[in-house]
Amino acid sequence: MTTVQEVVRALAEVRDPELDEPLTTLGFVSAVRVTQVRVEVWLRLPTYFCAPNFAWLMVDGARAAVLALDGVQEADVRLADHFAADEINGAATLAHAFPGRSQGELTELRDVFARKAFVARQARLCEALLHAGRTPEEVSALRLSDLDPGPEVERCRTLRAELGIAASPRDPAFVLPDGRPLDGDGLRRWLRVARLVGLSIEGNAGICRGLLRTRYGLRDPEGAG
Amino acid sequence: MYEKDGERYFIVDGHIHFWDASPANQANKYGTGFIKCFYDYQQNLSPPEFKWSLEKFEKYSEDDLLHDIFEVGYADVAIFQPTYLTDFYTNGFNTTEQCAAVAEKHPGKFIVNGAFDPRDGEAGLEALEALVERYQLKGVKLYTAEWKGDSRGWRLDSPEAYLYLAKCRELGVRNVHIHKGPTIWPLNRDAFDVSDVDDAATDFPELNFIVEHLGLPRLEDFCWIATQEPNVYGGFAVAMPLMYTRPRYFAQIIGELCYWLDENRLLFGSDYAIWQPKWLVEQFVDFQIPDDLLSEYAPLTPDVKRKILGLNAARLYDLEVPAELDVLSVAEIAPARPAVGSEPVSPV
Repeated sequence: MTTVQEVVRALAEVRDPELDEPLTTLGFVSAVRVTQVRVEVWLRLPTYFCAPNFAWLMVDGARAAVLALDGVQEADVRLADHFAADEINGAATLAHAFPGRSQGELTELRDVFARKAFVARQARLCEALLHAGRTPEEVSALRLSDLDPGPEVERCRTLRAELGIAASPRDPAFVLPDGRPLDGDGLRRWLRVARLVGLSIEGNAGICRGLLRTRYGLRDPEGAG
Repeated sequence: MYEKDGERYFIVDGHIHFWDASPANQANKYGTGFIKCFYDYQQNLSPPEFKWSLEKFEKYSEDDLLHDIFEVGYADVAIFQPTYLTDFYTNGFNTTEQCAAVAEKHPGKFIVNGAFDPRDGEAGLEALEALVERYQLKGVKLYTAEWKGDSRGWRLDSPEAYLYLAKCRELGVRNVHIHKGPTIWPLNRDAFDVSDVDDAATDFPELNFIVEHLGLPRLEDFCWIATQEPNVYGGFAVAMPLMYTRPRYFAQIIGELCYWLDENRLLFGSDYAIWQPKWLVEQFVDFQIPDDLLSEYAPLTPDVKRKILGLNAARLYDLEVPAELDVLSVAEIAPARPAVGSEPVSPV
């Protein structure tokens, strides 16, 4: 039988599309129950009015991740305390949940936020290198294989693959969100915007975490806010 | 007026409410959920002595409002930003009429803004005209994610909205405050996207577009638009309390804003009763960019703070500022700079 740990590990691969962080580290998974071949997952969000399209993507993503586990035949993923919970819970597709409410799928929306996430993560890597004394010219000349391995680099690689940006070891380490390479000057200008994208996501994530704690009376692991 | 270390500040609280979200006025579960969401913002991002009970938060008195904003809150003038939400609250959450009833009792203290909803069509245009005439409005507050029957929001760059913006221009209602919200159809669009402000600001250069909450959580898109549109401003409601919980993060935000927009297009707002101006004003005046960030960001001088805390809003609303509290440079607003870093990259 599938274990709760296996389910949680699978859910750790599902991310909030806006924040690009796993549902598990954000505290969005409130309960998991495994009964033979059936898995129940409860999700909770920071506010009653969190955007329904992102809520749908998380529920749908969680369901797919759990169903992909060996031995799971049924995955019941339920959203709690949300204005659109009745619509989302139990619906097999977006069109079932919100009939006539979407012009097409959410692919483009997901793509926009994958790009933002990619830009923000690249900016963090880039700033760390500049702080360590590298020049923009040197940084712009780096190849992916020149970067020290780590979760941030790994995530960038995954996002590149999702976005159709070349990600072989010989490809430039830092590129524009459409895949074009940057020279030293371009890198300086890009970074000015890119770190703003990172700041926006970071701020949003901070507010989300704070509101979730307040809403559910959770302890603050960092002891602030 | 606020005074600290020999510096004096004319305070305009650019974003306040006088709402009734009491259970008796909640029309449905959405009304209950909406105020609870506001309440969590207060609870999460306020010093302990400024947290209320939910009961008080749902419906506070006129005395509370006057006390918190003017008696202890340092405001010289405060701007009511109505939020109707008539699908959630039987008598509305915070309408122009409710705000005006308080404002009329206290002349010179408040500015009352109106609101419109482009989904109201021709009748709405007439109602807006009547509202402007009755209350001498200089501004409107728009909530693009407001529900209306089967609809879940609207766009500022739609032909319907343009009819209303043209009406504002005709009537001399110059200040358009825009607040984005989380729910919107169709679902394949990002509800917080501020790009509709871009076209509207280009097509209505006579109007000022104040993006509330600095476009958060889309700060980068807001800055992107504001660098290119000189008539786009940022309202600090929601963002300013972060200086209490996450001061370093707030320093980066305000540093970026001063870089992208400059300090002449940023407006203080408490979003009362979510937050209270007293602690926001006190902490903001004390706030400084940390030393290690000064290589990247300009320091926050008393003049910068004076502009953000009141003078910028005073300029938009033609408020008389005592000469000794004014800052000379406010009169000579720098022309819009070329879009910084606009080539070759965009936010995404």
